[in-house]
Amino acid sequence: YVWILFERDLYLINSKYYKIMSDEEFDELCFQFGLELDEITSEKELISKEQNDSKAAGASDVILYKIDVPANRYDLLCLEGLVRGLQVFKNKLEAPRYVRVSPVSGQPQKLIITKETAAVRPYAVAAVLRDITFTQERYDSFIELQEKLHQNICRKRSIVAIGTHDLDTTSGPFTYTAKPPSEICFQPLNQTKEFTATELMSLYRTDSHLKHYLHIIEDKPVYPVIYDSNGIVLSMPPIINGDHTKISLKTKNVFIECTATDLTKAKVVLDTLVTMFSQYCSQPFTVEEAEVVYPDGKTCLYPELPYRKEKLSGEFVNRKIGINESTETVAQLLTRMCLLSKLTGVGDQIEVEIPPTRSDIIHACDIVEDAAIAYGFNNITRTTPRSYTVATQFPLNKLTELLRQDVAAAGFTEVLTFALCSKEDVGDKLGKKISETGAAHISNPKTAEFQVARTTLLPGLLKTIAANKKMPLPLKLFEISDVVLKDKSKDVGARNSRRFCAVYYNKSPGFEVIHGLMDRTMQLLGVKPLRGEGYHIQAAEDSIFFPGRCAEIFVDGKSVGRLGVLHPNVVTRFELTMPCSALEMDIEPFL
Amino acid sequence: MADTGVVEALLLGLEKAEDGVDSLELSSSLGVEHQVVVGAVKSLQSVGEVISAEQRSSKHWQLTEEGVEISELGSHEARVFECIPVEGLLQSELMKLPFGKIGFTKAMSNKWIRVDKTSEGGPLIFRSVQTIVDQVREKLLNVLNGKDAELEEKEKSELKKRRLLSEVTVKSYWITKGSSFSTTITKQETELTPEMIVSGNWKDNKFKPYNFEAMGVPLDCGHLHPLMKVRTQFRQIFLEMGFTEMPTNNFIESSFWNFDSLFQPQQHPARDQHDTFFLSDPALTLDFPQDYLQRVKKVHTEGGFGSQGYKYEWKVEEAQKNILRTHTTAVSARMLYKLAQQKFTPVKYFSIDRVFRNETLDATHLAEFHQIEGVVADYDLTLGDLMGVLHQFFTKLGITKLRFKPAYNPYTEPSMEVFSYHEGLEKWVEVGNSGVFRPEMLLPMGLPEDVSVIAWGLSLERPTMIKYGINNIRELVGHKVNLQMVYDGPISSDGRGLPLFTA
Repeated sequence: YVWILFERDLYLINSKYYKIMSDEEFDELCFQFGLELDEITSEKELISKEQNDSKAAGASDVILYKIDVPANRYDLLCLEGLVRGLQVFKNKLEAPRYVRVSPVSGQPQKLIITKETAAVRPYAVAAVLRDITFTQERYDSFIELQEKLHQNICRKRSIVAIGTHDLDTTSGPFTYTAKPPSEICFQPLNQTKEFTATELMSLYRTDSHLKHYLHIIEDKPVYPVIYDSNGIVLSMPPIINGDHTKISLKTKNVFIECTATDLTKAKVVLDTLVTMFSQYCSQPFTVEEAEVVYPDGKTCLYPELPYRKEKLSGEFVNRKIGINESTETVAQLLTRMCLLSKLTGVGDQIEVEIPPTRSDIIHACDIVEDAAIAYGFNNITRTTPRSYTVATQFPLNKLTELLRQDVAAAGFTEVLTFALCSKEDVGDKLGKKISETGAAHISNPKTAEFQVARTTLLPGLLKTIAANKKMPLPLKLFEISDVVLKDKSKDVGARNSRRFCAVYYNKSPGFEVIHGLMDRTMQLLGVKPLRGEGYHIQAAEDSIFFPGRCAEIFVDGKSVGRLGVLHPNVVTRFELTMPCSALEMDIEPFL
Repeated sequence: MADTGVVEALLLGLEKAEDGVDSLELSSSLGVEHQVVVGAVKSLQSVGEVISAEQRSSKHWQLTEEGVEISELGSHEARVFECIPVEGLLQSELMKLPFGKIGFTKAMSNKWIRVDKTSEGGPLIFRSVQTIVDQVREKLLNVLNGKDAELEEKEKSELKKRRLLSEVTVKSYWITKGSSFSTTITKQETELTPEMIVSGNWKDNKFKPYNFEAMGVPLDCGHLHPLMKVRTQFRQIFLEMGFTEMPTNNFIESSFWNFDSLFQPQQHPARDQHDTFFLSDPALTLDFPQDYLQRVKKVHTEGGFGSQGYKYEWKVEEAQKNILRTHTTAVSARMLYKLAQQKFTPVKYFSIDRVFRNETLDATHLAEFHQIEGVVADYDLTLGDLMGVLHQFFTKLGITKLRFKPAYNPYTEPSMEVFSYHEGLEKWVEVGNSGVFRPEMLLPMGLPEDVSVIAWGLSLERPTMIKYGINNIRELVGHKVNLQMVYDGPISSDGRGLPLFTA
C-alpha cells in the first residue's frame, strides 16, 4: 500500500462541501471505495511522533488525513485525483475528458532521442502544460505527486524518472542523449555552481534523499542527459534536474519529460501527471502535445491519453459478482467509477470506455470489480458454492498431527523453531563442514540468522533450551517439522524432509529416556523391534554425539536417523552446561 | 507426639473453664515449658474441631543477665555506696572492683558520694549522704515479680538503655472448646490404605480432613505448542468444510511459480532483494512446462486471454531465480496447473504452512510465518460465493460480524480485505485477504474459461497472538519462546467462550 497525506479542509473545499463532513462519514466513504483512512493527524503530531515534542513546537495544527491507496491506482495519489474519483463515485461530478491539443501557434515541442541512450535509459516521453496557474497548495501537490510516482510505479526512479521544467526559461528542440560523466557539466537544482557528473555523484553520496538513486546509473559508461537548443542541461535523469529550468509558483508553462527503461510505464506516468494537473490550465484538462523523435527517425506524439473501449454484457457482470441488476444500472455503476459506459443496443451489451487515468484496467475482471465496488461489496448477497467435495488430508501432515499428539502424551513439550539459521548452527557447531550438510544457501540474508535453510532440527531445539535455562529440569522437548536438503532430482534443486527431533536435558544424559521415546515412537508407528523387517539400533559415529554414545536407527534395514548423548563440544557451543541426549529421524519412510 | 498427660490436663482444664484457658497460664499452672502446651494445642488442632485455638501475642519485659544480678545484689552505684567506709576509700581502689567504674559515675551523678582530690595518697572518696534508696534494684524487682506495669515507660526504656531490661514478645494461645469438644480423643487416619479396605477398618476410622484450599501437585506432562494447537484448529475447520489439504512441503520455490504464474510482474516490489530471500545454491530452476511458460510469458508481455498484459519485456532469467516462497499461493498455482491438465472437476483446497519474507523484523513481524490459505475452483463462482465461504469459515472461528473492503492484489480481481468487528477493541480489524484469481493467471494454465477460482489467506500467528494475548511474536515463535507460556497455555478450542478474535 502507498499513502497520501493532505489537509482535511482542502479535501472538503475541493469537494465543494459546504456542510461539515464528519471523520466517520469520510472513513466510511473511503472504506466503500477501497481506500483506508489510516490516520487523522497534524504536522505537529507527526513531528512529535518522529522526533520529539520540542521539535514540534510551532508546527501546524491543521488537521491532516493520511490515506492508504491501492498500489495500482496512480490516479488517486494526489488530492486532485482523489477528490475527482470520490466526487464521480458519489455522482456529484462527471468524469472530465482529457484532451491532447496542438500548440495554438507553431510546432509542438520536440525531444530528440539519440542512440547513445540505448546503453543506459532508452525511452523518453514528453508533454506541455500550457498556461497553468499554481498556488502554493497546487505547487506542493504537483511536487508531491512526482515523488509518489517516483517511489511507486517508477520503482524509486529506476524504471521512470520525471523532470518538470519552466518552459519559458528554455527553448527546444531538446536533445536526450547519454555521455561519459566527465563530459557532463551543469549547475544542478539548488546549487550555485557547475559540477561535472562525476563530481555530482560524489557530492550526492551523502545526500539523504539523492544517494538512493545513484546506483541506477553509477556503473554505466555513459549517463543520460537532456539539453535544450542552447546546450543548457534540463536534467540528468534519474538523479537531478538543472537549476536553470526549475519551476516555481510563477511558472506558467511546464515542460514535462519522463525518461525510462520501460516505455509503457513512462507513458502511464506522463498521463497521470498531466491528467491530474491540467485541471489548473486555462483550458482545463487539455494537454499540449510534444513530439518525440527516436534514433531511427520515427516520431511519436505524447501524451497518448488513450481512451480504450471494451465491450461486455450486463449478464457477465451480474454473473461474476452474483447480483441481478439491469444493464442500465450496471452501466451507471461503471460510470461512477470513471468508466463511462453506454448500452450499445445489441442485446445487453455495454460499451465501457477506459480513460487514460485508469491504466489499472487491463481485463474485463477489472471492470467487474469496479461495478462491484460501485454496487457496494457489502450489499452483495452472500451465497455458497454448490459443488460437493470430499476433504482429504495430506498424508504426511496427517501422520505428523497424529504423531505429535502422542509424543506430547509421552511427556515431551512441542517447540516451534525457525526453518532458517546460520551456517554455523548446522555446520561448525555440530562439528560438520557446511559443504557436507547439503544445505541450501540464501544469497541476500540481512543477518547471519538467515544464511541457510536448516538441514536438521537439533540446533533449533538446543537454542530453545539455551533461551529457557531458568526452567526446572529436566527439559524434554520435541519438534516435528521440515528441514531442507539440496536434491538434484527436484525441479528447484531442493526438497523438504519431515523430521522428528527430541532432546532430553538434565543433570544426567538420560539416554534411556530418549531411547525409550524412540521405542515408543516405533510402537506408535507400528514397527516391531526386529532386525530386518522391523527396527533396531546399532553403534555409529557422528560428530554431534559423544563417542560410544551414538546409535543409528534402522527400519527394514534402512537408516532413518540417529540418537545418542550429545558431544560435550556441541553442548558447549550451544551455550549449554548439562548433559543432553537427542534423537532425530526422518518420518517420511513411515507413510 | 504431644505429651498425652499435658493433652489430658488441657482438655480437663478446658472442660472446667467457663470461657477458655490461656496456654501461658496453663504452662505455669502445670509447671511445664510453654512449648509443651503449644505442642498439645497443635496436636489437638490436627484431629478436627475438638478445640479451637486463637493465637495471641503479648509483649512483656524481662530482666537481662545483668538485670538479674542487680536484682539480687543491688545496683552498681548502691554497691559502690555500700563499700565506702566512713574514713573514705581511695578512688584507685574503688576502680579495681568489677562494679567500680559504672557505680562510681552513677553514684556521683546521684550525689551519693564525693571526691576529695587534695588527699595526699590520691583522690579519696567519701559518702555524701547517710542513706540511699536503690531504686534501680526496686524497679527490677518489680519487673521480676510481674509488676512491670508499675513502671513508667520512660523508666523502662532507661533500664533498657542500661541493658538491664529487654522487651520480649510471647506467643500464646487462647484455647476454647471446639464444635466437637470431648475429653477423650480418637486418633485420625491420614489416608485410606489397602489394609483398611481389606480389613474393613475404614468403617470405624476417623479420617483427617483434606485442605481443599491448597493447590494440587504440578504434573509431569508434555505439551503441544500454542501456535500448532491453533493450526490444528484451523486444519479441522477446513476439513469440516470439505477442503483437501495441499502438499506444501517445499519451502524453496522458483520465481516462476511464486510470481510469474500468478501474473505478478517482474518489476513488482515483492520481487525485490529487500523483500524476498533469493537462493545462491540451488540458485536456479530450469525445468518448467515449456508451453505453459510460453503462455505465461505472452500474457505478461503482450496480454491475450482478454487482457492487455503488462507490456514489458518478460525475462525467463527472472523466472528461473530460486527463492524461499513468499506465500503458499505458489503451491496453489502448481495445484491449479495440475488440475488444468485433467478433465476439470470442482475442487476445494487448503494449506497452512511456512512462508518467508526478507523484511525488517519487529515485534509482530518475523522473517518466516505461517500462511493459512483456502482455494475453491468451480464453474461460475461469484464474488457473493467468496463472501459466503468466508462467512462460513469465520463463523467457525467464532467471528460472525464481517465486512469487506475493496483492495488491490496483483493476482486477484476483484480483491477484498476481510474485516471483523472486534468487540474488545470496539473497532473493525483486518483479519484476512481474499479475491478471485485473475483470468491472466488461470487461462494460461489451461483451466476452462467458465471456471472461477476464489481464494483467501490470513496469517496463523496474528489470531494466535490475539488469542493468547502475546505482544511480541518472539515469545511465541522460534527458539526464544517462553516455555512457561507453552506449559501454561489453555486448550485452543472454544472452551469457556474463547473464539479466536473476541477479547
